[in-house]
Amino acid sequence: MNEPAIRVTGLSTSFKTDSYIVRAVEGVSFDIMKGRIFGLVGESGCGKTMTSLSIMRLVPSPGKITDGQIIFEDKDLVQLSGTEMESVRGNRIGMVFQEPMTALNPVIRIGEQISETIMIHKHIQMNEAKERSIDLLKQVGFDEPEKRYTQYPHQLSGGQRQRILIAIAISCNPSLIIADEPTTALDVATESQILFLLKELVRRFNTSMLFITHNLHIVKKLCDTVNIMYAGRMFEQSPVEDFFKEPLHPYSKGLLNSVFGFGATEKRLTAIPGFVPKLSEIPEGCKFHPRCASVMPICKEKEPSMREMGEGKSVRCFLYE
Amino acid sequence: MSEILSVSDLKRTYEVRKSAFSYAKETVKAVDGVSFKVDKGKTLGVVGESGSGKSTLARCVMFLERPDSGDIVFQGNTLNDINGQDLKKLRREMQIIFQDPYSSLNPRMKIYETLAEPVLFHNVVQKEHVMEKVEEILETIGLSTDFLNKYPHEMSGGQRQRVAIGRALTTNPALVVADEPVSSLDVSIQAQIINLFMDIKEKAGITMLFISHDLNVVRFLSDEIIVMYKGRVVEAGNGDEVFYNPLHPYTKMLIDSVKGGFAKRAGDDGQTEGGCPYYPRCERHQDVCAGRAPELTGGSNNNGGHVAACFLAFGAVS
Repeated sequence: MNEPAIRVTGLSTSFKTDSYIVRAVEGVSFDIMKGRIFGLVGESGCGKTMTSLSIMRLVPSPGKITDGQIIFEDKDLVQLSGTEMESVRGNRIGMVFQEPMTALNPVIRIGEQISETIMIHKHIQMNEAKERSIDLLKQVGFDEPEKRYTQYPHQLSGGQRQRILIAIAISCNPSLIIADEPTTALDVATESQILFLLKELVRRFNTSMLFITHNLHIVKKLCDTVNIMYAGRMFEQSPVEDFFKEPLHPYSKGLLNSVFGFGATEKRLTAIPGFVPKLSEIPEGCKFHPRCASVMPICKEKEPSMREMGEGKSVRCFLYE
Repeated sequence: MSEILSVSDLKRTYEVRKSAFSYAKETVKAVDGVSFKVDKGKTLGVVGESGSGKSTLARCVMFLERPDSGDIVFQGNTLNDINGQDLKKLRREMQIIFQDPYSSLNPRMKIYETLAEPVLFHNVVQKEHVMEKVEEILETIGLSTDFLNKYPHEMSGGQRQRVAIGRALTTNPALVVADEPVSSLDVSIQAQIINLFMDIKEKAGITMLFISHDLNVVRFLSDEIIVMYKGRVVEAGNGDEVFYNPLHPYTKMLIDSVKGGFAKRAGDDGQTEGGCPYYPRCERHQDVCAGRAPELTGGSNNNGGHVAACFLAFGAVS
């Protein structure tokens, strides 16, 4: 149980063009334990999606993984060849994306899209794959799996399509599922159902999950650990209960205060001033200092490093050095 | 308390093709008999999922879209029988803010032009004072004058949404309709924009119709809330009342979801003929719900204006 399913150390991904370098991910390290849901939280442009794309080795050109290791099932994913990576992607690591409307092929029947994945990775025949697909459709909560098997994506609602994507993601019994904002495009009620399904599946199959979101409410009810990213860096890592009881980093505190239902009880929110920096123009020193309420002179000059703060907790801030 | 906007029995339907390959049409009731009133200086929050008719309602209230039936009375004028000239004058008094600040600002206009355009169009101030007015607006929305010569693409989403809000405020409107104004923004920026809305509300005494799918956001800003489902109002009342003491199962479900519970697998939201529109998804449904649609009611004592369209809300059917 206490073994990591995946261990990422010092991962850096950057986009290099002739005129500038954008460091989307900078020295990110974390472990995702077996059977646990790892919540990766951040605002747009903080590098959370690039982290997940790096793990799957799907960083779009001209982006490149420039440093770091991703140890998954005794292999370093960074070093794998394209062909070797293909047998990991979709097979050992399942993926659920944000947009269920565009992630499915509109002219291929749903069943075939699920079977395809299984046939490729498990080298089995169509009829066997079909059986397995129908079983998967049942697992993700469809009442008439045989009927769904022959339908096309446009015949389903957004929530149902997201269920199909989840079925594809778990089709090969992966040991890690990466879910990148899987419910952002969905309604509140549907969102809630999808989250319930994900949690149940993680428990049932004892897989691990990397769950990317910007919504702290979701993190609180779904995840085991909270990991806050900002400007390509990890800012805070903490077990979920500790985080919501006592966030450490000023940015984490700010985030909680900006969200209704956590910090904001009075008739006014405490907003974080300023705006999320563009990755091409991040400040010197601590990347958060221009917006920070507890800024000190040192923050403008040096960047703090990640510091251990007890069991499973670490923070990148001079306040704790 | 004077009433500034009153909408009664508003209906708007759209004809859509049954499928991509057929000419057969079916009618979608986007807004189906919605009535409400907003008092001057108050904020009415409208909550609902996508497809519940919130945005159609906003467009109808702004008269950007003609309702099929029903009356919209704004400052004593019935919009339905007003002529074009008068409507133009009224437009000065009512402004709308859209969800996506990336597409609601003209990419080829500098911020100065964007903000000055409505000032000039509605003759808000004399020509030589336009610059002063624009600077005043910039101050209200918390942007420095450096932004005057910038184009929207040079700004972040939060800054653009500030400009969109500023543009709506240029004409000193009596009513502002905000259609999901914070949904496309980052969390830390959302809080800033919501605070800006609070400031505007306090300072300028503007009446607002605030539309959002996020009950947390709506509760924060609104005096009154209406909850919409499939084009109908299923619950309405004082903001805190609706949030802490919801009557309709749909509202309860929405609140549970935002408070951090998990909604179990609900039924499909299939079509209902004649019955309660929420009936197929409802956990508590009874036989009576399939037969006829419940009316909005506050029970026997009117419940302080907190009303719901549910047979079970006041224990009428046990």
